[in-house]
Amino acid sequence: MSNKLNLSVSPHIHSKNSTSTIMRDVIIALLPAAVAGVVIFGLRALGVIAVCVAVAVISEYIFNYITKKEQTIGDLSAVVTGLLLALNLPANTPLWQAAIGSIFAIIVVKCLFGGIGCNIVNPAITARVFMLIAFTNLSSAAFPTLVDTVAGATPLAILKDGGLVSIESLVFGTIGGAIGETCKIALVLGGIYLLVRRVITWHIPIIYITTTFIFTFILQDFDILQSLSFTLSGGLILGAFFMATDYVTSPATKWGKVIFAVGAGLLTVVIRTWGSYPEGVSFAILLMNILNPYICSWTPRKLFGGKGK
Amino acid sequence: MASFLHGVKVPHRKNTENMTAVKMPVGKIVSIPTVMHIGAPANVVVKAGDLVKVGTLIAEANGYVSSNIYSSVSGKVLKIEDKLLSNGRVAPSVVIESDGEMTVDEGIKPYEITSKEDLIKALRLSGIVGLGGAGFPTFVKFDTDKAVDELIINGAECEPYITSDSLTMVEKTDYIEYAIQVITKFIDIKRVIIGIEKNKPKAIGKMRQLADRNPIVSIKLLPSIYPQGAEKVLVYHTIGKVIGQGKLPLDVGAIVSNCTTMASIGEFLKTGMPLVEKCVTVDGDAVAKPQNVIVPIGTSVSDVFEFCSGFKKEPKKVLYGGPMMGISVPDMDVPVIKNTNAILAFSEKMAFLPKTTACIRCGRCLNTCPFGINPAGIEKAFKRDDLDAAEKFGVALCMECGCCSFVCPANRPLVQTNKMAKATLLSQKKGK
Ligand code: SF4
Ligand code: SF4
Repeated sequence: MSNKLNLSVSPHIHSKNSTSTIMRDVIIALLPAAVAGVVIFGLRALGVIAVCVAVAVISEYIFNYITKKEQTIGDLSAVVTGLLLALNLPANTPLWQAAIGSIFAIIVVKCLFGGIGCNIVNPAITARVFMLIAFTNLSSAAFPTLVDTVAGATPLAILKDGGLVSIESLVFGTIGGAIGETCKIALVLGGIYLLVRRVITWHIPIIYITTTFIFTFILQDFDILQSLSFTLSGGLILGAFFMATDYVTSPATKWGKVIFAVGAGLLTVVIRTWGSYPEGVSFAILLMNILNPYICSWTPRKLFGGKGK
Repeated sequence: MASFLHGVKVPHRKNTENMTAVKMPVGKIVSIPTVMHIGAPANVVVKAGDLVKVGTLIAEANGYVSSNIYSSVSGKVLKIEDKLLSNGRVAPSVVIESDGEMTVDEGIKPYEITSKEDLIKALRLSGIVGLGGAGFPTFVKFDTDKAVDELIINGAECEPYITSDSLTMVEKTDYIEYAIQVITKFIDIKRVIIGIEKNKPKAIGKMRQLADRNPIVSIKLLPSIYPQGAEKVLVYHTIGKVIGQGKLPLDVGAIVSNCTTMASIGEFLKTGMPLVEKCVTVDGDAVAKPQNVIVPIGTSVSDVFEFCSGFKKEPKKVLYGGPMMGISVPDMDVPVIKNTNAILAFSEKMAFLPKTTACIRCGRCLNTCPFGINPAGIEKAFKRDDLDAAEKFGVALCMECGCCSFVCPANRPLVQTNKMAKATLLSQKKGK
């Protein structure tokens, strides 16, 4: 037989995972929260989501085109970044600001550092923080159009002033906040999906949330209800499942994840309690992103039968 | 034992597991290489025109770590030619034209073993090499004065497709048993453990019976997670001992021998027939009739495929061995050798892997590696020529099992990089 045989190095089979299947799973996992956001905050939320996603994808396309790099939008990571950013913004964000945030996330935080896998900090979070600082008029929350329970203040602000927020509204999300952060049921559903699909492990989300709860519990004089309300408020659940678990900017090993999650939890409470912003999740994750390389170098996996054993 | 080492759930695709092995008729020509083992090529002792029979010595072990080679057919030696082997070495091959008779050499008779020296000598004569993997001459493993606590028989067979070992356990139980009996009689071994992956009920059944008859033998069931059959993994999972970097099983008091190797030893001791044929799994999506075939050593791969009714799809890749660690071959003239356990042919669809994309630092490679090696880290270190860092990430420990590349969503060639980094490290150390 004269046909040519393909020569290649082992292994000759491959798992079905690829970057795009993983990103697809993340998008699927975010959908419940996105839908809930649109239901709670109205069509305006849909506009913000659409703009962020579209601008993210187009920015990456244009960047790759201009710099003559291989096109990477097919891996769907730009969609994830755009979607995550949108879910972190209030529904009343001016669309042009949303667009600038999205461009910042993709171009400055991701592409200029070398594209997927090379960024140091999470693009969506960094863009969120950038917008918070750059657009001072941008509020950190919009309020449900559906029901107006506690108009005018986010749960974290209310709690900080010693008020009460019903657990029910925190769970269902009929409260003020960013588009994707309020409906905890939708977020947990998405989180479970990621766990089942083995896209993420439980370590970071569970430990992050638990640390936040325990630390709050201590600071709140062991008031369970109040601490629970704090834990379910703001962007903690969204951040813990979807942003602190970003592969590129969080540790890969078990113990690395533990340190990362505990650190993020402590920082979140510190910023929430003593910081000038009511919300601490974005800053906390961003700071841990910066520490990530160190955490990784402290927590290698133990070599089996390695030297010096 | 702390816990099981990591690994991957590879697709099993053991399509041939319930078929009996079929003996194929010998082809016209066999081409038997003089290196089918680790060590020096054997010295050819025949010349063109010589008549040989099945079991006639055609090449003699050259030094301690080397191996005898016997004719697998009866017929006439046509020529001795240099051939490029799948491992990249060039060595003489003995080309024999078969007379189709398969007359057995008169010298073939059962061995009378009365001492350890006898046994080692017989094993040395047998030409048997490690049939599970690299082809290390078997007698060397047993030729030791060190205390041996365990003889571990490797029946894990964790590679997809391959079923020849399991089949050997089922069909050649007697030979395995005989080998165990003779070896444990003359070599001081405290216990024998047969490690088998849980997904092989038939082989487990046979080995259980064997263990019931021989109190020295016990069975250890292993999870069906690749790579259970890797030596260090097997030793850890059967007796809980860790073999350090650059160390051998004997350093922890164990000898590991593949189940097919054991069967060959038993067969040789009982009948005197050296290793001249091999049970090979023939499979892959291009093969018309996947099955286990008993093949005379030296038969070309194309003859074997032909015996399996050829191809149903155009073959685009042919492997010696399984898809995780097998070697792809350039053409189908290459022969079946002593340690060939499978030949697989894949069509276009399976011959090419998905495109390589950028590493997304997902940590899958690192968390999957049985040894805790960090392939992503090694890749980056190797790219910037930082071999010290690569060494710290554990590159020297890599057994090239392929788990890391298998799970990498970016499909990075991690195993290949590890191989290159290991080679560079080695040559650097030699240079010093
Ligand atoms: S680094 Fe080596 S030992 Fe580890 S999974 Fe990859 S090939 Fe196997
Ligand atoms: S599995 Fe692949 S993509 Fe993931 S860290 Fe390893 S090399 Fe990078």
